[in-house]
Amino acid sequence: MPGIEQNVVRTRDVKKSFTMGKISLEALKGINLEIKRGEYISIMGPSGSGKSTLFNMIGGLDKPSEGKVYIDEVDVAQLDAYELAWLRCRKIGYIFQTFNLIPVMTALENVTLPMIFAGMSTDDSMNKGMELLNVVGLADRFHHKPLELSGGQQQRVAVARALANDPAIVLADEPTGNLDLKTGKEIIDLLKRLNKEKKVTIISATHDLKMLDVSDRIFWIRDGKVERVEERSEIKLEVGTMEGEF
Amino acid sequence: MVNESGRVQRQIVLPLSKAMEISFKSLRIRFWRSIITTSGIVLGIAFLMSIFTTNLVNKGLLEKGTLEIKMSLEETEVESAAKQIWLVSLSLLVCVVGITNAMLMSVTERYREIGTMKCLGALDGFIRKLFLLESLLQGLFGSMIGVLIGCGFVIIVNLIKYGGQAVSTFPFFEFLGYMVLVLIIGVVISIMGALFPASQAAKMVPAEAMRSEV
Ligand SMILES: Nc1ncnc2c1ncn2[C@@H]1O[C@H](COP(=O)(O)OP(=O)(O)O)[C@@H](O)[C@H]1O
Ligand SMILES: [Mg+2]
Repeated sequence: MPGIEQNVVRTRDVKKSFTMGKISLEALKGINLEIKRGEYISIMGPSGSGKSTLFNMIGGLDKPSEGKVYIDEVDVAQLDAYELAWLRCRKIGYIFQTFNLIPVMTALENVTLPMIFAGMSTDDSMNKGMELLNVVGLADRFHHKPLELSGGQQQRVAVARALANDPAIVLADEPTGNLDLKTGKEIIDLLKRLNKEKKVTIISATHDLKMLDVSDRIFWIRDGKVERVEERSEIKLEVGTMEGEF
Repeated sequence: MVNESGRVQRQIVLPLSKAMEISFKSLRIRFWRSIITTSGIVLGIAFLMSIFTTNLVNKGLLEKGTLEIKMSLEETEVESAAKQIWLVSLSLLVCVVGITNAMLMSVTERYREIGTMKCLGALDGFIRKLFLLESLLQGLFGSMIGVLIGCGFVIIVNLIKYGGQAVSTFPFFEFLGYMVLVLIIGVVISIMGALFPASQAAKMVPAEAMRSEV
């Protein structure tokens, strides 16, 4: 099987509506996208455009109302609860805007949790957890609780946690949304480094223009539709002019 | 390096000891909160145990005590069995409701944590086990304290009232049986109280974790 050219994520006409009482709201209006292994993708769009909703679909966290999502060419809708849990545990790493570390666990315990779920022994998971904390530069803070860490540090722990089971895809929903400019940039650089070194596919929803620089492709979405897709080569030219728009 | 494409497999079911480990940790960290929940169980169980112990003390004295004590006991014997059963059931019911309430709060408080765990690969059954075990541990601990307080209190009061006779006539082995029974009741009601909250937690959708608004 040609590993490189295969789509790691593919969606076909994905629609999602939410019904609240009598009102029905179509958050996604037919999304088609193909993402190749090893790409760094940014999903850009204003708040409320449907980025998080799309994320939940790609991450197997929610089901589309219509259309299909394929992860590694497997139709997610066909999976049962056990297979979905396996997919979330092994294939996908999640990074959230609000970090979402488990507050009662130390940095190391947070990083090892997905490995525990995957059935790894405590010793092995501790070793690997320390390795990963080292990769994100926080090995010396391994016994700290999330509240004892700064936002940027918490997000780095979350990045390490996302990599726990060597996922093929890392999904990040506004990973810099709660961070200041400088720490946000550090997280972006960290993600880019992991993308290059570990060949992880990174899909990041954001309205942070700092992301433009590192992305291979950018999907611009608006009102639940992909407005346009930009390749890396086109991005460079536009960054300067676009700063002003936001 | 990365998980190369391959068939999707099934997530393994973790051994109970893993859930126990995490439950225990989370109780220890929320120590004071757990103590407050546990104190509800302590009170209910102490009440139950005190009633059983009182009955046993009276039984011992009636069988083997001095005539004088027997007479005075027969005079004061006003509480009917029906009234006792009513009081006990009511106090246990209050316990169950209290536990359900505390566990539901705990679930609501941790909805993001639960969603996150599901994103990391936790199965529904694992989440359910976490909450059931938490409640079970609280129930077991609370019941042990409650049993000690309940029987301790009654024995002290009767020692003051009747002196050494209250102890020398005490049916000790029957008492041990009641201790075990009350412990079991405590654990059972704490699990009963947690059943609904735990299944609410297990049903929570992982997308909740993604929602950025608090
Ligand atoms: N669980 C939900 N219930 C109802 N409406 C929702 C829900 N999730 C998202 N929406 C709506 O869908 C639209 C897209 O939301 P979202 O995907 O969160 O946008 P973004 O992440 O780009 O800010 C918004 O109008 C939002 O109010
Ligand atoms: Mg969002």
